[in-house]
Amino acid sequence: MQLLNKRPESLVDMKMHYCPGCSHGIIHRLVAEVMDELDIRNRTIGIAPVGCSVFADKYFNCDMIQGPHGRGPAIATGLKRTTPGAIVFSYQGDGDLASIGMAEIVHTAIRSENITVIYVNNAIYGMTGGQMAPTTLIGQKATTCPHGRDAKLTGDPIKMSEMLATIEGAKYIERTSVHTAPNVIKTKNAIKKAFENQINNGGFSMVEILSTCPTNWKLDPVKSLKYVNDNMTKVFPLGVYKDSKGGE
Amino acid sequence: MAEKKLMKGNEALAEGTVRAGCRFFAGYPITPQNEVPEYLSWRLPEVGGSFVQAESEVSAINMIYGAAATGVRCMTSSSSPGISLKQEGISYCAGADLPFFYANVCRGGPGLGNIAGAQGDYFQSTRCGGHGDYKVFVMAPDSVNEMANFPRKCYEVAYKYRIPTMVLADGIIGQMMEPVEFKDPEIDVEKLPKLDWTLGVAGSRGKRIVNSYDLAEDMLEKMVLARVEKYKEIEENEVMYEEKQLDDANIIIVAYGTAARVSLAAIKMARDKGIKVGLFRPITLWPYPKKRLSELGDKVKHFLTVEMSTGQMIEDVQLSLNGKAKTYLHSKPGGSIMAAEDVLETIESISKKGAKEYATTK
Repeated sequence: MQLLNKRPESLVDMKMHYCPGCSHGIIHRLVAEVMDELDIRNRTIGIAPVGCSVFADKYFNCDMIQGPHGRGPAIATGLKRTTPGAIVFSYQGDGDLASIGMAEIVHTAIRSENITVIYVNNAIYGMTGGQMAPTTLIGQKATTCPHGRDAKLTGDPIKMSEMLATIEGAKYIERTSVHTAPNVIKTKNAIKKAFENQINNGGFSMVEILSTCPTNWKLDPVKSLKYVNDNMTKVFPLGVYKDSKGGE
Repeated sequence: MAEKKLMKGNEALAEGTVRAGCRFFAGYPITPQNEVPEYLSWRLPEVGGSFVQAESEVSAINMIYGAAATGVRCMTSSSSPGISLKQEGISYCAGADLPFFYANVCRGGPGLGNIAGAQGDYFQSTRCGGHGDYKVFVMAPDSVNEMANFPRKCYEVAYKYRIPTMVLADGIIGQMMEPVEFKDPEIDVEKLPKLDWTLGVAGSRGKRIVNSYDLAEDMLEKMVLARVEKYKEIEENEVMYEEKQLDDANIIIVAYGTAARVSLAAIKMARDKGIKVGLFRPITLWPYPKKRLSELGDKVKHFLTVEMSTGQMIEDVQLSLNGKAKTYLHSKPGGSIMAAEDVLETIESISKKGAKEYATTK
């Protein structure tokens, strides 16, 4: 008998708390597979945010730190500058990165800190129970916009990849999704590239990954995947937004 | 004997921090502490360290949270409004048991206040300025020389007990120039002991986690209570204070920082008039020297607190004395400094029969 697939070394063997149909599990696995393949687990420090992925500090089998809401890139700056030999990644949701942590992500990109950011965008606040996020789509219902998001009142969803791509120090920016198998593979390739970029001292990299939240979207897991395809990718088009050569 | 140098308070603090092994600084400009980041921006690269001018105080303290987790000696500095912004991060560091050092070169408040020296951040410093139950080790220098030498003590305490430590200086101590002597030899960071909790290149050891949360029932309570044991130890071992002319005193002035210097001038004038008054200067504001104050309260019955605030430290004086003696306040808030002549007047009114419990603000 041949073992065809197994849990990556970079994931701890434990039950995750994520809801059925949530994409965090897939994305965790992809990050872990990349760590295994690049053989960097023993020198990687990950940062868990505040939000649904707060317990990522338990799930990833590398050194982990959990910090204040939105400040992952600042924490990453402190970690990387004091331990240049470590590989540092910040795992963040859309409330974390695009709302409360807007200043940190922008200025960390401006300084082109040599780190990797995994930005999981599900267009809603999950952990706190489904409030409107800066990325919530126009018309999408949330507990703080029960009649659907109205651009006149709250503005339009923010497009982080497009925005960060305008920054000189942002060296690699790609938006992917995990709603179909081919997209999962594309996402893994993007994550791998974002880590390789750091290994090569290439500067700031971010992969934005469109994700589902069946619980707070009030959709079943299959319909959630369709929602990503039909609605989210229209507002947040997939693709490479920046790929410039940095580093050595 | 080490060479004496003429230095500005903020620069002495910065140099003292580097000599104590600091290799990472993150901060944001704010008056009257700007000489600290300005100095470190060129000094840290000289010793192989890293300096970041952060986009905000909030980012700066979170860079420190990351840096402290790797065990590298690190520092941030700011002045009152900026320290307010850093409180969430300081709370996280306390909750994750991360040692680091920071300085508040205090200015007049609340709000934007002014940029003059003040002591209005006493409560914020000693009563855990951020959220949750925790303590920070607080040292209050009254000279440029102490600015130069206190960072070393702060790092010692920070790493011994794994807690945040700070210097609370007023803007006057930060801005004035005085002779400085660095007492101890410079620390060789390569020779600092290896720590068993830091994040970094793990190699063959297992994974480590730095965090400040536990949602399981009773677990957070246990974490907080374990910290209380540590705080008790610090209160037992790390209290510092200075006493001047207390042997024959029947009035004791309690003051720290610039207020202690003004008080010394007032004490000299009072003694010239035959009033027996002395100075008790707390050097650590937490842990507060309450045991010693209580002992003094057995002999002396009048304690005058002199502070550049509306009266904050006086509460610690009263808690320490616990009714043993009368307490009085000479206060000067809003970034103003009391005149020694006015403090003398207060001393005189206390030494006369029938002095009011609280002296008026001058």
